[in-house]
Amino acid sequence: MLMIEANKLRKEYHIEGVETVALADVTFSIAKGEFVAIMGPSGSGKSTLMHILGALDQPTSGTYVLDGQDISHVSDRDLAGIRNRKIGFVFQSYNLLPRTPAIKNVMLPMMYANVVPAERTERAAKLLTLVGLHDRMGHRSNQLSGGQQQRVAIARALALDPAIILADEPTGNLATTQAEEIMHIFRDLHNEGHTIVMITHEPSVARYAKRVITLRDGRIVSDQKQ
Amino acid sequence: MRVLDLLTTATDSLRLNKMRTALAMLGIVIGIGAVIALISLGQSSQNSVASQINSLGKNLITISPGATVSGGVRGAAGGRTTLTLDNAQKIAEAASSLSIAAVSPEYSTRSQVTVSTTNTNTQIIGGTTSYENVHAVTMSSGSFIGQSDLDSSAKVAVLGPTVASTLFSDTTSAIGQTIRINRTAFRVIGIMTAKGGTGFQNPDDMIIIPLTTAQQKYGVKNVSSIAITANDGVDLTTVENQVGSYLLTLHNISDTSSADFTIRNQQDLIGAATKVTSTLTALLSGIAAISLLVGGIGIMNIMLVTVIERTREIGLRKALGATSGVVITQFLTESIFLTVIGGALGIVLGGILTAIAAKVLNMSASLTVPAIVLAVGVSAGIGIIFGWYPAQKAAHLSPIDALRFE
Ligand SMILES: Nc1ncnc2c1ncn2[C@@H]1O[C@H](COP(=O)(O)OP(=O)(O)OP(=O)(O)O)[C@@H](O)[C@H]1O
Ligand SMILES: [Mg+2]
Repeated sequence: MLMIEANKLRKEYHIEGVETVALADVTFSIAKGEFVAIMGPSGSGKSTLMHILGALDQPTSGTYVLDGQDISHVSDRDLAGIRNRKIGFVFQSYNLLPRTPAIKNVMLPMMYANVVPAERTERAAKLLTLVGLHDRMGHRSNQLSGGQQQRVAIARALALDPAIILADEPTGNLATTQAEEIMHIFRDLHNEGHTIVMITHEPSVARYAKRVITLRDGRIVSDQKQ
Repeated sequence: MRVLDLLTTATDSLRLNKMRTALAMLGIVIGIGAVIALISLGQSSQNSVASQINSLGKNLITISPGATVSGGVRGAAGGRTTLTLDNAQKIAEAASSLSIAAVSPEYSTRSQVTVSTTNTNTQIIGGTTSYENVHAVTMSSGSFIGQSDLDSSAKVAVLGPTVASTLFSDTTSAIGQTIRINRTAFRVIGIMTAKGGTGFQNPDDMIIIPLTTAQQKYGVKNVSSIAITANDGVDLTTVENQVGSYLLTLHNISDTSSADFTIRNQQDLIGAATKVTSTLTALLSGIAAISLLVGGIGIMNIMLVTVIERTREIGLRKALGATSGVVITQFLTESIFLTVIGGALGIVLGGILTAIAAKVLNMSASLTVPAIVLAVGVSAGIGIIFGWYPAQKAAHLSPIDALRFE
């Protein structure tokens, strides 16, 4: 069963009359349960693609079907709901709420989904335990190391059991040992059946994935299983 | 989003950014506090002037000798002696047709008053029994002048509280004592209750003696003024005109412009005084408006300065599933929270400032509702608009643009 079907996705930016084609008619699909790494040189359009896959941005043209639903032409409001329930996004710079306890960060998507408060606390605690932070739940985001912050972000991404986990250079800001810890979490999630798409520059990180898509100048130049 | 979530998200955010919260709140508190205090003081001074004038007597109309000054030129010749006791009696006889309740002819002058070695210079008023009613006099001890005192031109005196305490160290024992007005001995028969007042026409700083006694003692036949109480519920200006034309007939004058007396009613007096104090209130309100503006700019600055941090926060919240509507509601809740608490503290501050100022200026002042409504309305408006405006702009960015915002 297909989780992602991207058909001729195109993204253009127009700045002061200069046109940049960040994505040039990209077509590919990802099946349920796959672990895919996206690689490519800087400026090749990886993040642009990821933002469209994450419903954070809309393509200039082309269609995008996520978990059986075409979301290339839905309203802003519905898009918010899709980001909330279907997508778990992990950013390179963690993007936690400043000075806010870890557990509250994990509970945030559940609040927007109107999950009852008791269930939020219980599930957030469970997820933080899963990423090895059971003793850091009350710590504020600024009292955590980079690796710990990224683990909070992963727990947050898993909050509503999303259809797909998207990660844009999740280890980009981390030292090697911390990066490995994060990748072990992703590997475990993959083994449990989660669908994961991850951008990375580092071959050592890409090794964890089962398939590598390489972009250059907004086009797919290679797509290999490994 | 649940209401409880909105509230806890707002309080969390305000608690986590204590400095920002404190600064924004400070602007609101000072703005509202200053405005409330200034407007309350202005209005209270207006009210206190009006109530002081009212304490001089209710529905009061005063006739004094001499013509009205109009256009800088005296309208007609007329000395200071055109009013007589007889005029007052004639007016009193026509009381029911003129819609008046009481008539008080008065002779007023200043004299030296002594008790053993203490002496003072004060206003002496010759009055009749009507004086007590017309000027709303109440006695703190003893009694007022009676009809028998008038009939016998008795040498008795009623003291204002200020005079009494100047002349007697122990005012309770003053009744029955002798005072000397220009060396003539008078027996003190009563002391009036304080009305509160200052200046030249202070109602507490005077001595009242029988009118007949005063005319004999000072060798005059005229009176210095006739005070009239109009009936309740009638228009003072109408009564004033009726009394005026009646007096013109008594004086055999047919032309109003050559009247040899002047009539004023209390409403005019209050009007004139109110004009002065309302200018004062306007001035205070102007200062208040400036403090409100400064407070508002303070709030605005704080809200705008945090825009970068908050835009990223909005991007994040949207990335995690908040709709634009939810984000705006959330920010609005925060602003309302801030202004409600700041407003409440501001009202308290305003009350304290008003009380202190009232104490220092020795006047009675209290918070007035319009002041509170105005101050809270304006600051709440500023707080909410400047909290909401950047939020609603950011809420309509795409989540990615908001996250990248710098
Ligand atoms: N908001 C934007 N406005 C204009 N141009 C943009 C914008 N975002 C991206 N681009 C352009 O689109 C192209 C692709 O950018 P993108 O961020 O997707 O690259 P990337 O592959 O993620 O690079 P990196 O590895 O450095 O993160 C670049 O040329 C970039 O300049
Ligand atoms: Mg990138």
